[in-house]
Amino acid sequence: MASFYGYEPKSRLFLGTAQYPSPAILAEAVRLSGVDIVTVSLRRESGEGGAGQAFWSLIKELGVRVLPNTAGCHSVKEAVTTAHMAREVFGTDWIKLEVIGEDDTLQPDVVGLIEAAKILSDDGFSVFPYTTEDIVVGGRLLDAGCEVLMPWGAPIGSGRGLNNLYGLRTMRQHFPGTPLVVDAGIGLPSHAAQAMEIGYDAILLNTAVAKAGDPALMAQAFAMAITAGRQAFEAQPIEARDMAAPSTPVMGKAFLS
Amino acid sequence: MTLLLNGQPQEVEARTLAEALAELGYADKVVATAVNGEFVSARLREGVTLSDGDRLEVVAPMQGG
Repeated sequence: MASFYGYEPKSRLFLGTAQYPSPAILAEAVRLSGVDIVTVSLRRESGEGGAGQAFWSLIKELGVRVLPNTAGCHSVKEAVTTAHMAREVFGTDWIKLEVIGEDDTLQPDVVGLIEAAKILSDDGFSVFPYTTEDIVVGGRLLDAGCEVLMPWGAPIGSGRGLNNLYGLRTMRQHFPGTPLVVDAGIGLPSHAAQAMEIGYDAILLNTAVAKAGDPALMAQAFAMAITAGRQAFEAQPIEARDMAAPSTPVMGKAFLS
Repeated sequence: MTLLLNGQPQEVEARTLAEALAELGYADKVVATAVNGEFVSARLREGVTLSDGDRLEVVAPMQGG
């Protein structure tokens, strides 16, 4: 199993906790899929409100490791401040670092991302950067102190799968020793399996499970697809070819014409 | 004085951040705080004196992707 800042998760599926029909269904999805890393966030809470406290109790009951995000942050300062708040509230140095550069696609602002990653890494955070499949940016993130890279498959919540399979494959080959997680854009278990088949170490997704008709069943489907995809990668798939190659031996075939 | 609590005007009698959080009902809650955009850790809250018009952000765990 790949190691993420020294932690080897049981499952290669990392699951977001937003948009479920109910907390009970979220809990069921986590339990049935065997997930042990979930993403969480921070939002304003009033003195009378208790939604955040109830959610935190639920997550603690599930016994999973949390990966707080900086979702919605558009600047380095916002993201860094949010990371500090998350470290205090959740009691972890892990941070899924998002610096959003553009609202239509929620594409990462990779310039701000590298700057924020450096600040946070120097301050002792274990940064999981939400980035693109750009290998130059990936290199800069590693230089900044990141030990994991999380390229997008497609825009967050789009369910389009792996928009740039070539780019993701290139990234895998360019960083053979770095844990790589496809984060965002996954819509179907087959998309997740495809990423695992080309050697990715894990998949982070949320919407595809949370907004499915039966989230818990879909979480299980993703868990199985990710296991199958990883197993296929380890089994060394054949190369595709343009022309047919008979699988049944030709030698010894009866002459019947 | 009047603070801007999570973007809304809020009257408080408290002088420090720790007192304001207690007055506003956050005493037993898992929250993180920022004053005027700067993170203030829990251990420093007693020493942070607030001024009229300060922007106070109080956040708690929430679902996220």
